[in-house]
Amino acid sequence: MRSPIGDHSSEHWHMSITNATTIDEALAALAVNPKARVIQGGTDLMVEVNFNRTTIDSVVSLRRVAELRRWHVDDDAHTLRIGAGVPYAEMERPPLCDHAPALAEAARTVGSPQIRAAGSLGGNLGTCSPAGDGLPVLSALDAVVHLRSQSGSRDVSVHDFMVGVKRNVRRGDELIVAVTVPLVTGFQGYAKVGTRNAMVISAASACLVHDAVAGTVRLALGAVAPTVVRARGAEAWLASQTSLVGTPMVSEALAREFGARAAAECSPIDDHRSTAEYRRHAISVLAQRLLLRAATGSATALRGIRQ
Amino acid sequence: MSNEFYRLRVNGVDHDVRDAWAGESLLYVLRERLGLPGTKGACEQGECGSCTVIMDGEAVCSCLVMAATAVEADIVTVEGLAVDGEPTDVQQSFVDAGGVQCGFCTPGLIVAVHHLLDRNPSPSDLEIKEAISGNICRCTGYGRIFEAVRQARDARAANKG
Repeated sequence: MRSPIGDHSSEHWHMSITNATTIDEALAALAVNPKARVIQGGTDLMVEVNFNRTTIDSVVSLRRVAELRRWHVDDDAHTLRIGAGVPYAEMERPPLCDHAPALAEAARTVGSPQIRAAGSLGGNLGTCSPAGDGLPVLSALDAVVHLRSQSGSRDVSVHDFMVGVKRNVRRGDELIVAVTVPLVTGFQGYAKVGTRNAMVISAASACLVHDAVAGTVRLALGAVAPTVVRARGAEAWLASQTSLVGTPMVSEALAREFGARAAAECSPIDDHRSTAEYRRHAISVLAQRLLLRAATGSATALRGIRQ
Repeated sequence: MSNEFYRLRVNGVDHDVRDAWAGESLLYVLRERLGLPGTKGACEQGECGSCTVIMDGEAVCSCLVMAATAVEADIVTVEGLAVDGEPTDVQQSFVDAGGVQCGFCTPGLIVAVHHLLDRNPSPSDLEIKEAISGNICRCTGYGRIFEAVRQARDARAANKG
Protein backbone atom coordinates (compact mmCIF):
# COMPACT_ATOMS: atom_id res chain seq x y z
CA MET A 1 0.00 0.00 0.00
CA ARG A 2 1.19 3.47 -0.86
CA SER A 3 2.41 5.49 2.09
CA PRO A 4 0.75 8.90 2.18
CA ILE A 5 3.50 9.98 4.55
CA GLY A 6 6.30 9.33 2.15
CA ASP A 7 4.46 10.83 -0.76
CA HIS A 8 3.65 14.20 0.77
CA SER A 9 6.30 16.81 1.25
CA SER A 10 6.39 18.70 4.50
CA GLU A 11 4.60 21.77 3.21
CA HIS A 12 1.53 19.63 2.66
CA TRP A 13 1.76 17.95 6.02
CA HIS A 14 -0.32 20.63 7.65
CA MET A 15 -3.81 20.11 6.45
CA SER A 16 -6.83 21.43 8.25
CA ILE A 17 -10.07 19.53 8.44
CA THR A 18 -13.41 20.97 9.42
CA ASN A 19 -15.85 18.24 10.38
CA ALA A 20 -19.00 20.31 9.99
CA THR A 21 -22.20 19.18 11.66
CA THR A 22 -24.41 21.90 10.17
CA ILE A 23 -24.57 23.73 6.84
CA ASP A 24 -23.76 26.98 8.67
CA GLU A 25 -20.57 25.49 10.11
CA ALA A 26 -19.50 24.34 6.66
CA LEU A 27 -20.27 27.77 5.15
CA ALA A 28 -18.29 29.52 7.89
CA ALA A 29 -15.27 27.36 7.09
CA LEU A 30 -15.64 27.98 3.36
CA ALA A 31 -15.97 31.74 3.94
CA VAL A 32 -12.61 31.71 5.72
CA ASN A 33 -10.99 29.47 3.13
CA PRO A 34 -12.80 29.33 -0.22
CA LYS A 35 -10.02 27.13 -1.59
CA ALA A 36 -10.90 24.32 0.83
CA ARG A 37 -11.93 21.08 -0.81
CA VAL A 38 -15.41 19.87 0.07
CA ILE A 39 -15.81 16.17 0.82
CA GLN A 40 -19.11 14.31 1.18
CA GLY A 41 -18.82 10.58 0.49
CA GLY A 42 -15.19 10.76 -0.59
CA THR A 43 -15.61 8.53 -3.63
CA ASP A 44 -14.09 11.13 -5.97
CA LEU A 45 -11.77 13.16 -3.75
CA MET A 46 -10.12 10.23 -1.99
CA VAL A 47 -9.15 8.63 -5.29
CA GLU A 48 -7.29 11.85 -6.11
CA VAL A 49 -5.68 11.86 -2.67
CA ASN A 50 -4.75 8.17 -2.70
CA PHE A 51 -3.03 8.52 -6.06
CA ASN A 52 -1.39 11.84 -5.24
CA ARG A 53 -3.21 13.58 -8.06
CA THR A 54 -3.94 16.60 -5.91
CA THR A 55 -2.48 18.59 -3.08
CA ILE A 56 -4.92 19.78 -0.51
CA ASP A 57 -4.35 22.15 2.35
CA SER A 58 -7.80 22.17 3.81
CA VAL A 59 -10.93 20.09 3.71
CA VAL A 60 -14.50 20.71 4.77
CA SER A 61 -16.22 17.41 5.46
CA LEU A 62 -19.99 17.19 5.15
CA ARG A 63 -20.27 13.61 6.31
CA ARG A 64 -21.92 14.58 9.58
CA VAL A 65 -24.23 17.29 8.21
CA ALA A 66 -27.63 15.66 8.69
CA GLU A 67 -29.43 18.56 6.97
CA LEU A 68 -27.87 17.57 3.65
CA ARG A 69 -29.24 14.02 3.88
CA ARG A 70 -32.91 14.97 3.84
CA TRP A 71 -35.35 14.96 0.95
CA HIS A 72 -38.97 15.87 0.69
CA VAL A 73 -41.83 16.01 -1.78
CA ASP A 74 -43.77 19.23 -2.18
CA ASP A 75 -47.22 18.05 -3.25
CA ASP A 76 -48.45 21.55 -4.09
CA ALA A 77 -45.49 22.45 -6.26
CA HIS A 78 -45.18 18.88 -7.65
CA THR A 79 -41.48 18.88 -6.91
CA LEU A 80 -38.95 16.70 -5.17
CA ARG A 81 -36.09 18.35 -3.29
CA ILE A 82 -33.12 16.09 -2.58
CA GLY A 83 -30.39 17.10 -0.17
CA ALA A 84 -26.93 17.14 -1.71
CA GLY A 85 -25.72 14.45 0.68
CA VAL A 86 -28.47 11.88 0.18
CA PRO A 87 -26.60 8.72 -0.85
CA TYR A 88 -27.40 6.83 -4.05
CA ALA A 89 -28.33 3.82 -1.89
CA GLU A 90 -31.33 5.80 -0.69
CA MET A 91 -32.34 6.94 -4.19
CA GLU A 92 -32.52 3.38 -5.47
CA ARG A 93 -34.88 2.19 -2.72
CA PRO A 94 -38.48 2.95 -1.81
CA PRO A 95 -39.86 5.40 -1.02
CA LEU A 96 -37.50 7.81 -2.79
CA CYS A 97 -37.18 5.67 -5.94
CA ASP A 98 -40.91 6.05 -6.63
CA HIS A 99 -40.68 9.84 -6.97
CA ALA A 100 -37.94 9.98 -9.58
CA PRO A 101 -37.67 6.57 -11.30
CA ALA A 102 -34.91 7.63 -13.70
CA LEU A 103 -32.82 8.82 -10.78
CA ALA A 104 -33.34 5.45 -9.12
CA GLU A 105 -32.28 3.67 -12.31
CA ALA A 106 -29.19 5.84 -12.58
CA ALA A 107 -28.38 5.34 -8.89
CA ARG A 108 -28.49 1.54 -9.34
CA THR A 109 -25.79 1.77 -12.02
CA VAL A 110 -23.35 3.68 -9.83
CA GLY A 111 -20.35 1.62 -8.72
CA SER A 112 -20.84 -1.02 -6.04
CA PRO A 113 -23.15 -1.08 -3.00
CA GLN A 114 -20.22 0.34 -1.01
CA ILE A 115 -19.92 3.28 -3.42
CA ARG A 116 -23.67 3.85 -3.49
CA ALA A 117 -23.70 4.04 0.31
CA ALA A 118 -21.28 6.98 0.07
CA GLY A 119 -21.85 8.81 -3.23
CA SER A 120 -24.36 11.63 -3.62
CA LEU A 121 -25.78 14.11 -6.12
CA GLY A 122 -23.88 16.89 -4.39
CA GLY A 123 -20.67 15.04 -5.09
CA ASN A 124 -21.70 14.24 -8.67
CA LEU A 125 -22.44 17.93 -9.31
CA GLY A 126 -19.37 19.13 -7.45
CA THR A 127 -17.06 16.86 -9.44
CA CYS A 128 -19.03 17.56 -12.63
CA SER A 129 -17.56 14.71 -14.66
CA PRO A 130 -19.31 14.36 -18.04
CA ALA A 131 -19.74 10.68 -17.10
CA GLY A 132 -21.47 11.35 -13.76
CA ASP A 133 -24.50 9.05 -13.68
CA GLY A 134 -26.79 11.43 -11.83
CA LEU A 135 -26.22 14.34 -14.19
CA PRO A 136 -28.16 13.20 -17.30
CA VAL A 137 -31.16 12.65 -15.05
CA LEU A 138 -30.90 16.11 -13.55
CA SER A 139 -30.54 17.55 -17.05
CA ALA A 140 -33.53 15.67 -18.49
CA LEU A 141 -35.60 16.79 -15.51
CA ASP A 142 -34.46 20.43 -15.82
CA ALA A 143 -33.29 20.32 -12.21
CA VAL A 144 -32.51 23.40 -10.18
CA VAL A 145 -29.30 23.39 -8.12
CA HIS A 146 -29.53 25.18 -4.78
CA LEU A 147 -26.31 26.90 -3.72
CA ARG A 148 -25.75 28.64 -0.42
CA SER A 149 -23.00 30.79 1.05
CA GLN A 150 -22.73 33.11 4.02
CA SER A 151 -23.68 35.97 1.72
CA GLY A 152 -26.87 34.35 0.49
CA SER A 153 -28.54 31.66 -1.57
CA ARG A 154 -28.97 31.24 -5.29
CA ASP A 155 -30.73 28.78 -7.53
CA VAL A 156 -29.05 27.79 -10.77
CA SER A 157 -30.49 25.69 -13.58
CA VAL A 158 -28.45 22.50 -13.91
CA HIS A 159 -27.86 23.45 -17.55
CA ASP A 160 -26.09 26.64 -16.43
CA PHE A 161 -24.40 24.94 -13.49
CA MET A 162 -22.24 22.62 -15.61
CA VAL A 163 -19.77 24.61 -17.71
CA GLY A 164 -17.07 22.14 -18.74
CA VAL A 165 -15.20 18.95 -17.97
CA LYS A 166 -15.10 18.90 -14.15
CA ARG A 167 -16.02 22.60 -14.11
CA ASN A 168 -19.09 24.22 -12.66
CA VAL A 169 -20.21 27.62 -11.45
CA ARG A 170 -20.00 26.89 -7.73
CA ARG A 171 -17.93 29.59 -6.03
CA GLY A 172 -15.39 28.50 -3.44
CA ASP A 173 -17.43 29.95 -0.60
CA GLU A 174 -20.59 28.20 -1.73
CA LEU A 175 -22.02 24.82 -0.89
CA ILE A 176 -24.34 22.76 -3.09
CA VAL A 177 -27.11 22.12 -0.59
CA ALA A 178 -29.84 20.44 -2.65
CA VAL A 179 -31.43 19.92 -6.05
CA THR A 180 -35.08 20.23 -6.96
CA VAL A 181 -36.68 18.23 -9.75
CA PRO A 182 -40.31 18.20 -10.92
CA LEU A 183 -42.53 15.19 -10.29
CA VAL A 184 -43.42 14.08 -13.80
CA THR A 185 -46.29 11.86 -14.93
CA GLY A 186 -45.06 9.49 -17.58
CA PHE A 187 -42.18 7.18 -18.36
CA GLN A 188 -38.66 8.10 -17.34
CA GLY A 189 -35.61 5.96 -17.75
CA TYR A 190 -31.83 5.89 -17.66
CA ALA A 191 -29.53 3.68 -19.68
CA LYS A 192 -25.78 3.47 -20.07
CA VAL A 193 -23.09 1.42 -21.68
CA GLY A 194 -19.58 0.76 -20.48
CA THR A 195 -16.96 -1.86 -21.04
CA ARG A 196 -18.88 -4.35 -18.91
CA ASN A 197 -22.33 -4.62 -17.41
CA ALA A 198 -21.69 -3.51 -13.83
CA MET A 199 -19.23 -1.56 -11.71
CA VAL A 200 -18.41 0.59 -14.66
CA ILE A 201 -18.07 4.24 -15.52
CA SER A 202 -20.24 5.25 -18.47
CA ALA A 203 -18.78 5.33 -21.95
CA ALA A 204 -22.13 6.78 -23.00
CA SER A 205 -25.37 7.30 -21.12
CA ALA A 206 -28.82 8.73 -21.72
CA CYS A 207 -31.84 9.75 -19.70
CA LEU A 208 -35.27 10.15 -21.28
CA VAL A 209 -38.19 11.77 -19.49
CA HIS A 210 -41.66 11.67 -21.03
CA ASP A 211 -44.11 14.19 -19.61
CA ALA A 212 -47.39 12.61 -20.65
CA VAL A 213 -49.43 15.57 -19.45
CA ALA A 214 -47.43 18.37 -21.07
CA GLY A 215 -46.75 16.21 -24.11
CA THR A 216 -42.95 16.51 -24.16
CA VAL A 217 -40.00 14.17 -24.31
CA ARG A 218 -36.68 15.32 -22.89
CA LEU A 219 -33.45 13.51 -23.62
CA ALA A 220 -30.09 14.16 -21.93
CA LEU A 221 -26.82 12.55 -23.00
CA GLY A 222 -23.84 11.74 -20.77
CA ALA A 223 -20.14 11.14 -21.43
CA VAL A 224 -20.38 12.33 -25.03
CA ALA A 225 -19.51 16.04 -24.63
CA PRO A 226 -17.61 18.24 -22.15
CA THR A 227 -20.77 18.40 -20.06
CA VAL A 228 -24.02 16.50 -20.10
CA VAL A 229 -26.01 17.82 -23.06
CA ARG A 230 -29.65 17.91 -24.04
CA ALA A 231 -30.65 16.61 -27.46
CA ARG A 232 -33.02 19.51 -28.03
CA GLY A 233 -33.09 19.05 -31.79
CA ALA A 234 -34.18 15.44 -31.47
CA GLU A 235 -36.72 16.41 -28.80
CA ALA A 236 -38.29 19.09 -31.04
CA TRP A 237 -38.25 16.83 -34.08
CA LEU A 238 -40.04 14.07 -32.18
CA ALA A 239 -42.71 16.48 -30.96
CA SER A 240 -43.31 17.52 -34.58
CA GLN A 241 -43.80 13.90 -35.68
CA THR A 242 -46.23 12.51 -33.12
CA SER A 243 -48.44 13.56 -30.24
CA LEU A 244 -46.65 13.06 -26.97
CA VAL A 245 -49.70 13.53 -24.75
CA GLY A 246 -50.62 10.27 -23.07
CA THR A 247 -48.87 7.13 -24.31
CA PRO A 248 -47.01 8.11 -27.49
CA MET A 249 -47.38 6.12 -30.68
CA VAL A 250 -43.83 5.30 -31.70
CA SER A 251 -42.90 3.09 -34.63
CA GLU A 252 -39.51 1.45 -34.76
CA ALA A 253 -38.61 3.65 -37.70
CA LEU A 254 -39.50 6.77 -35.73
CA ALA A 255 -37.45 5.60 -32.76
CA ARG A 256 -34.51 4.84 -35.04
CA GLU A 257 -34.62 8.31 -36.56
CA PHE A 258 -34.90 9.82 -33.06
CA GLY A 259 -31.79 7.91 -32.04
CA ALA A 260 -29.89 9.02 -35.14
CA ARG A 261 -30.81 12.66 -34.52
CA ALA A 262 -29.75 12.41 -30.87
CA ALA A 263 -26.41 10.91 -31.92
CA ALA A 264 -25.87 13.83 -34.28
CA GLU A 265 -26.19 16.25 -31.38
CA CYS A 266 -23.36 14.90 -29.25
CA SER A 267 -19.67 15.64 -29.63
CA PRO A 268 -17.84 12.62 -28.25
CA ILE A 269 -14.10 12.07 -28.13
CA ASP A 270 -11.73 9.12 -28.24
CA ASP A 271 -10.30 8.40 -24.81
CA HIS A 272 -9.25 5.53 -22.56
CA ARG A 273 -12.84 4.41 -22.05
CA SER A 274 -14.15 4.38 -25.60
CA THR A 275 -14.04 5.92 -29.05
CA ALA A 276 -16.05 8.79 -30.48
CA GLU A 277 -17.49 6.52 -33.15
CA TYR A 278 -18.66 3.90 -30.67
CA ARG A 279 -20.07 6.52 -28.33
CA ARG A 280 -22.10 8.08 -31.12
CA HIS A 281 -23.44 4.69 -32.12
CA ALA A 282 -24.23 3.86 -28.49
CA ILE A 283 -26.21 7.08 -28.07
CA SER A 284 -28.33 6.28 -31.13
CA VAL A 285 -29.15 2.86 -29.66
CA LEU A 286 -29.77 4.11 -26.11
CA ALA A 287 -32.05 6.93 -27.26
CA GLN A 288 -33.98 4.60 -29.54
CA ARG A 289 -34.32 2.00 -26.80
CA LEU A 290 -35.49 4.51 -24.18
CA LEU A 291 -38.09 5.96 -26.54
CA LEU A 292 -39.47 2.49 -27.33
CA ARG A 293 -39.61 1.78 -23.62
CA ALA A 294 -41.54 5.03 -23.13
CA ALA A 295 -43.99 3.98 -25.82
CA THR A 296 -44.57 0.56 -24.32
CA GLY A 297 -44.56 1.84 -20.75
CA SER A 298 -42.09 -0.83 -19.70
CA ALA A 299 -40.12 0.44 -16.79
CA THR A 300 -37.22 -1.78 -15.88
CA ALA A 301 -38.28 -4.09 -13.11
CA LEU A 302 -36.18 -4.48 -10.02
CA ARG A 303 -35.90 -8.14 -10.96
CA GLY A 304 -36.37 -9.51 -7.49
CA ILE A 305 -34.09 -7.17 -5.59
CA ARG A 306 -35.81 -6.22 -2.35
CA GLN A 307 -34.16 -3.18 -0.92
CA MET B 1 -3.13 18.77 11.99
CA SER B 2 0.17 17.12 12.77
CA ASN B 3 0.32 18.36 16.34
CA GLU B 4 -3.26 17.51 17.05
CA PHE B 5 -5.04 14.23 17.31
CA TYR B 6 -8.37 12.83 16.46
CA ARG B 7 -10.25 9.92 17.93
CA LEU B 8 -11.72 6.98 16.05
CA ARG B 9 -14.08 4.42 17.54
CA VAL B 10 -13.22 1.08 16.00
CA ASN B 11 -14.82 -2.18 17.14
CA GLY B 12 -16.11 -0.40 20.21
CA VAL B 13 -12.70 0.87 21.30
CA ASP B 14 -11.61 4.51 21.14
CA HIS B 15 -8.24 5.08 19.46
CA ASP B 16 -6.37 8.36 19.44
CA VAL B 17 -4.60 9.00 16.14
CA ARG B 18 -1.63 11.30 16.68
CA ASP B 19 0.94 12.92 14.43
CA ALA B 20 -0.89 11.79 11.33
CA TRP B 21 -1.27 13.53 8.00
CA ALA B 22 -4.92 14.50 7.89
CA GLY B 23 -5.49 13.21 4.37
CA GLU B 24 -4.81 9.59 5.22
CA SER B 25 -7.49 7.11 4.30
CA LEU B 26 -9.25 5.12 6.98
CA LEU B 27 -7.75 2.02 5.37
CA TYR B 28 -4.24 3.35 5.90
CA VAL B 29 -4.92 4.44 9.47
CA LEU B 30 -6.49 1.12 10.42
CA ARG B 31 -3.59 -0.88 9.06
CA GLU B 32 -0.57 1.29 9.70
CA ARG B 33 -1.50 3.29 12.80
CA LEU B 34 -4.00 1.23 14.74
CA GLY B 35 -2.51 -2.21 14.18
CA LEU B 36 -5.61 -3.61 12.51
CA PRO B 37 -4.30 -5.18 9.30
CA GLY B 38 -7.30 -7.45 8.71
CA THR B 39 -8.77 -4.85 6.35
CA LYS B 40 -6.97 -5.26 3.02
CA GLY B 41 -5.97 -2.62 0.50
CA ALA B 42 -5.71 -3.28 -3.21
CA CYS B 43 -7.17 -0.84 -5.71
CA GLU B 44 -7.48 2.20 -3.41
CA GLN B 45 -10.22 3.57 -5.66
CA GLY B 46 -13.35 1.79 -4.49
CA GLU B 47 -13.41 -0.90 -7.16
CA CYS B 48 -12.37 -4.09 -5.35
CA GLY B 49 -14.11 -4.06 -1.96
CA SER B 50 -11.22 -5.70 -0.10
CA CYS B 51 -11.14 -2.75 2.31
CA THR B 52 -14.84 -2.97 3.21
CA VAL B 53 -15.73 -1.91 6.75
CA ILE B 54 -19.01 -1.02 8.41
CA MET B 55 -19.31 2.66 9.22
CA ASP B 56 -22.45 3.82 11.03
CA GLY B 57 -24.26 0.73 9.82
CA GLU B 58 -23.27 1.02 6.14
CA ALA B 59 -20.74 -1.11 4.30
CA VAL B 60 -18.22 1.31 2.77
CA CYS B 61 -14.77 1.21 1.20
CA SER B 62 -12.38 2.39 3.90
CA CYS B 63 -9.91 3.51 1.21
CA LEU B 64 -12.40 6.24 0.24
CA VAL B 65 -13.01 7.50 3.77
CA MET B 66 -10.73 10.29 4.94
CA ALA B 67 -9.93 8.95 8.40
CA ALA B 68 -9.93 12.35 10.10
CA THR B 69 -13.54 12.86 8.96
CA ALA B 70 -14.66 9.57 10.53
CA VAL B 71 -14.65 10.94 14.06
CA GLU B 72 -17.84 10.13 15.95
CA ALA B 73 -18.55 7.23 13.59
CA ASP B 74 -19.03 3.64 14.72
CA ILE B 75 -16.52 1.64 12.70
CA VAL B 76 -16.51 -2.14 12.60
CA THR B 77 -13.68 -4.01 10.89
CA VAL B 78 -13.26 -7.71 10.25
CA GLU B 79 -11.37 -7.93 13.55
CA GLY B 80 -14.49 -6.79 15.37
CA LEU B 81 -16.74 -9.62 14.23
CA ALA B 82 -15.44 -12.70 16.07
CA VAL B 83 -16.45 -13.08 19.70
CA ASP B 84 -13.82 -14.43 22.13
CA GLY B 85 -11.66 -15.52 19.24
CA GLU B 86 -14.29 -17.89 17.88
CA PRO B 87 -15.09 -17.57 14.19
CA THR B 88 -18.51 -16.15 13.38
CA ASP B 89 -21.07 -18.23 11.54
CA VAL B 90 -20.16 -16.46 8.30
CA GLN B 91 -16.44 -17.04 8.81
CA GLN B 92 -17.07 -20.72 9.55
CA SER B 93 -19.30 -21.13 6.51
CA PHE B 94 -16.55 -19.69 4.29
CA VAL B 95 -14.18 -22.33 5.69
CA ASP B 96 -16.74 -25.13 5.38
CA ALA B 97 -17.76 -24.26 1.83
CA GLY B 98 -14.21 -23.68 0.60
CA GLY B 99 -14.93 -20.03 -0.09
CA VAL B 100 -11.36 -19.03 0.69
CA GLN B 101 -8.46 -19.53 -1.67
CA CYS B 102 -5.71 -16.91 -1.53
CA GLY B 103 -7.72 -15.15 1.16
CA PHE B 104 -7.04 -11.57 0.15
CA CYS B 105 -10.66 -10.67 -0.66
CA THR B 106 -12.00 -12.69 2.27
CA PRO B 107 -12.04 -10.03 5.02
CA GLY B 108 -13.97 -7.60 2.81
CA LEU B 109 -16.39 -10.33 1.79
CA ILE B 110 -16.92 -11.45 5.39
CA VAL B 111 -17.75 -7.88 6.39
CA ALA B 112 -20.07 -7.43 3.39
CA VAL B 113 -21.89 -10.71 4.11
CA HIS B 114 -22.35 -9.87 7.79
CA HIS B 115 -23.78 -6.53 6.70
CA LEU B 116 -26.16 -8.31 4.33
CA LEU B 117 -27.39 -10.97 6.76
CA ASP B 118 -27.76 -8.54 9.65
CA ARG B 119 -30.02 -6.41 7.45
CA ASN B 120 -31.77 -9.15 5.50
CA PRO B 121 -31.58 -12.58 7.20
CA SER B 122 -33.11 -14.48 4.26
CA PRO B 123 -31.64 -13.03 1.07
CA SER B 124 -32.46 -14.58 -2.28
CA ASP B 125 -29.59 -15.71 -4.51
CA LEU B 126 -29.95 -12.51 -6.49
CA GLU B 127 -29.83 -10.41 -3.35
CA ILE B 128 -26.68 -12.23 -2.30
CA LYS B 129 -25.07 -11.47 -5.66
CA GLU B 130 -26.13 -7.83 -5.42
CA ALA B 131 -24.79 -7.50 -1.86
CA ILE B 132 -21.32 -8.79 -2.72
CA SER B 133 -21.15 -7.30 -6.22
CA GLY B 134 -18.63 -4.76 -4.90
CA ASN B 135 -16.22 -7.43 -3.62
CA ILE B 136 -13.96 -8.82 -6.28
CA CYS B 137 -12.41 -12.30 -5.96
CA ARG B 138 -9.88 -13.42 -8.56
CA CYS B 139 -9.52 -17.01 -7.32
CA THR B 140 -12.77 -18.75 -6.62
CA GLY B 141 -15.07 -17.85 -9.48
CA TYR B 142 -17.55 -17.02 -6.70
CA GLY B 143 -19.36 -20.38 -6.71
CA ARG B 144 -18.07 -21.45 -3.30
CA ILE B 145 -18.49 -17.94 -1.93
CA PHE B 146 -22.18 -17.97 -2.88
CA GLU B 147 -22.46 -21.43 -1.33
CA ALA B 148 -20.86 -20.13 1.88
CA VAL B 149 -23.38 -17.29 2.10
CA ARG B 150 -26.28 -19.67 1.45
CA GLN B 151 -25.00 -21.98 4.20
CA ALA B 152 -24.74 -19.11 6.67
CA ARG B 153 -28.21 -17.89 5.68
CA ASP B 154 -29.77 -21.34 6.03
CA ALA B 155 -28.02 -22.03 9.34
CA ARG B 156 -29.34 -18.78 10.77
CA ALA B 157 -32.86 -19.66 9.60
CA ALA B 158 -32.57 -23.17 11.14
CA ASN B 159 -31.31 -21.79 14.45
CA LYS B 160 -34.17 -19.35 14.56
CA GLY B 161 -36.80 -21.97 13.77
